[in-house]
Amino acid sequence: MSAQHHAGAHESGGANKLFGFWIYLMSDCILFAAIFATYAVLSHNYAGGPGGKELFHLPYVLGETLLLLTSSLTYGFAMLALHRGNQQQVLAWLAVTFLLGLGFFGMEINEFGQLIAEGNGPARSGFLSAFFTLVGTHGAHIVVGLLWMAVMMVQLALGGLTTVTRTRLLCLSLFWHFLDVIWIGVFTIVFLMGVM
Amino acid sequence: MFGRLTLEAIPYHEPIIMGAVGGATLGVLALLALLAYFGKLPYLWKEWLTSVDHKRIGVMYIILALVMLLRGFSDALMMRAQQVVALAPSEGFLPPSHYDQVFTAHGIIMLIFVAMPFMFGLLNIVVPLQIGARDMAFPFLNSVSLWLTTTGAALVMVSLGVGEFSKAGWTGYPPLTGLAYSPGVGVDYWIWSLQISGIGTLLTAVNFIVTILRMRAPGMTLMRMPIFTWTALSTNVLVLFAFPVLTVTVTLLSLDRYLGMHFFTNDLGGNMMMYLNLFWIWGHPEVYILALPALGVLSEVVATFSGKRLFGYTSMVYATVAITVLSFSVWLHHFFTMGAGPNVNAAFGIATMIIALPTGAKVFNWLFTLYRGRVRLTAPIFWTIGFIITFCIGGMTGVLLSVPAADFVLHNSLFLVAHFHNMVIPTLFGYLAGFAYWFPKAFGFKLDERLGKCAFGCWFVGFYLAFLPLYALGFMGMTRRLGHYDNPAWQPYLAVAAIGAVVILAGVAFQLAQLFFGIINRNKNLDLSGDPWNGRTLEWSTSSPPPIYNFAVLPVVQDIDAFTDMKQRGLAYRRPEKYDSIHMPKNSAVGVLIGGLSFVFGFAMVWYIWWLALLSLVGVVVTLIRRSFDQDTDYTIAAEEVERIENQRFAQLAAAGVKS
Repeated sequence: MSAQHHAGAHESGGANKLFGFWIYLMSDCILFAAIFATYAVLSHNYAGGPGGKELFHLPYVLGETLLLLTSSLTYGFAMLALHRGNQQQVLAWLAVTFLLGLGFFGMEINEFGQLIAEGNGPARSGFLSAFFTLVGTHGAHIVVGLLWMAVMMVQLALGGLTTVTRTRLLCLSLFWHFLDVIWIGVFTIVFLMGVM
Repeated sequence: MFGRLTLEAIPYHEPIIMGAVGGATLGVLALLALLAYFGKLPYLWKEWLTSVDHKRIGVMYIILALVMLLRGFSDALMMRAQQVVALAPSEGFLPPSHYDQVFTAHGIIMLIFVAMPFMFGLLNIVVPLQIGARDMAFPFLNSVSLWLTTTGAALVMVSLGVGEFSKAGWTGYPPLTGLAYSPGVGVDYWIWSLQISGIGTLLTAVNFIVTILRMRAPGMTLMRMPIFTWTALSTNVLVLFAFPVLTVTVTLLSLDRYLGMHFFTNDLGGNMMMYLNLFWIWGHPEVYILALPALGVLSEVVATFSGKRLFGYTSMVYATVAITVLSFSVWLHHFFTMGAGPNVNAAFGIATMIIALPTGAKVFNWLFTLYRGRVRLTAPIFWTIGFIITFCIGGMTGVLLSVPAADFVLHNSLFLVAHFHNMVIPTLFGYLAGFAYWFPKAFGFKLDERLGKCAFGCWFVGFYLAFLPLYALGFMGMTRRLGHYDNPAWQPYLAVAAIGAVVILAGVAFQLAQLFFGIINRNKNLDLSGDPWNGRTLEWSTSSPPPIYNFAVLPVVQDIDAFTDMKQRGLAYRRPEKYDSIHMPKNSAVGVLIGGLSFVFGFAMVWYIWWLALLSLVGVVVTLIRRSFDQDTDYTIAAEEVERIENQRFAQLAAAGVKS
């Protein structure tokens, strides 16, 4: 620790940034916790409308889930390539991850669109408000992650693997795996328990 | 094109509002004109508004707090005046729609835009200095936080002249804040000012936690950290865990209002009591977010001006952490009347009472520090003693309210209003103690002690005059937020309360006078030594004001009272053999830009100007991405330059008669 101090705060920025990002993720965790709690309270407030049994198609959601879980795996490969210092492989795996994430998001948008078209939009009942908000918040995080990933690919292509881009890729890795963990919660609590 | 924004939105038919808008606008214009006349605008922009220096950001937070204090306090004066005269058949001078905005704005301004920035201002100025760091962990992020907070305050101010503010109380309970009962823009202003400033606050918390946990000077273990830094850490942990819940709560309310969802509505499966739960899961910790740093200031002030080590350092740390943890276990006491049942109410009542224990331990620690100390009766000590007395009384009325059966009688009465002011105003006393204590550190000169004590006297006496009658009125059945009433028995008490508010006004005036004369006479009160109070912690070991890099050589800590220890061992002012160059972050206009774009975003969302909202949001994202490509964010101060600055410092020390 003292070595960092003598180097000054801004040269040790990498480690501080990673730690800071962990701290930020904890607050994001609380954010999701609050939305999960809201969902739990409203999960049976159908207001005469349809419930999870009628609305959810588990095979479709399983497809989404597999896309997202695989994207976490491919991001892991990108990180392995990062530790080997192989920039081309990092870029390639990031691109695969990006496409898988985009696929997940596309399937989600499609599902939302169908629900709304059938008249089961978020304004239909307390349950659907909570459903759209919980799943949608996760989806919004995915969009941020995808945007971040695109920016990182450009920065890698332009500037290569520097300390700065390494730290950012590490943070994005935490973020992406974190969203995976959240999705497992969503899959279990919203979809599995919803059709049970 | 402009959503629901038309010229009708400007309340030109309301003389009181237009007077306030005109006054505020003229004031800002006059200030800008004055700065332009003296050619100081470039200096203001380059050295202050775009600064990423924690000391300057801290000063700007406190300026924001003081400006907003004037606004929040004029709201308070209007309410007190209204209630004196509004006995039936009179309806007073404020129509209900205006009165309701005034009490809502007063609450949100005092908590979110006075207390929070004041607190973060003190933290920013002091914490990096106290832990022997050269800056915050993320200086640029710090600037973004400041400007997001300012944006929130600006939205509240704009609502005065364009449209209206919320009329639903600062807590914003649905269904009153739902679209059906509040179709205007007031609640939307409330939503976006809270939301945007809340994000700034959350980012600040991340910044402080990393700074405190990872950037302490060598040798400063956790149990050698000054108590103020401990309270700063605890407060920011609370922010980190509480503010996301506020973000969620306010977002859900916006989804109800903007997209017709049913979280808190009466129909289609909404549940409005869920709002109360969520709101207070943030709201109660928020009280401790504000209080803990004030307790920290007191611990520093008491030790310094008693000339001895703080009594019970370890118990102080544990008490702070205990309050941090317990503050999440009491939220339901804000709505015992919800009817959760006797067992639930009893559990939360008991949890509430338990919080009084660590708080009490702190009070005894301060008293035992003062006991047999050589107490110097300075303005900060006056504020401290005022705090201890007032906070104890407020704490006891709080314990009274924590008994559910008593709460059923007193819920939403003026007794409650008196109670929470009895907690929050001493918290402000604590900040003002910190203001007087650290002012010389931030600016290099002391403020006038006599005017400071007069300000304290007026605040102290004025507080009791203004709020003790409210306790009595609560027992007499007067509920909060009444615009007018028909019970003549209440009027004398309200008159006394109004006199109290005027006495507090005198306190505010003394404070401004103290600042004014302090600046005029600054050359007579210069603090050359950097240690005007014989301080005990590291912030006093550097010059006043500190150089941009705070410490030319990072201090090595061997004791809780690190600086006292250095002075005793004769190491305090030792000249190092050589200086190294220092790496520092460059100033950046991006923070101001993000604040400005967020303001446009908030304003556009309030008025349903969707294209502008989207445009400004894209603007924020693009700005952030562009910033991430910027690699030229740091600069180096050469060793020779450091040596030159430090030589000046030693010349100053010699002039002050300090042996080095």
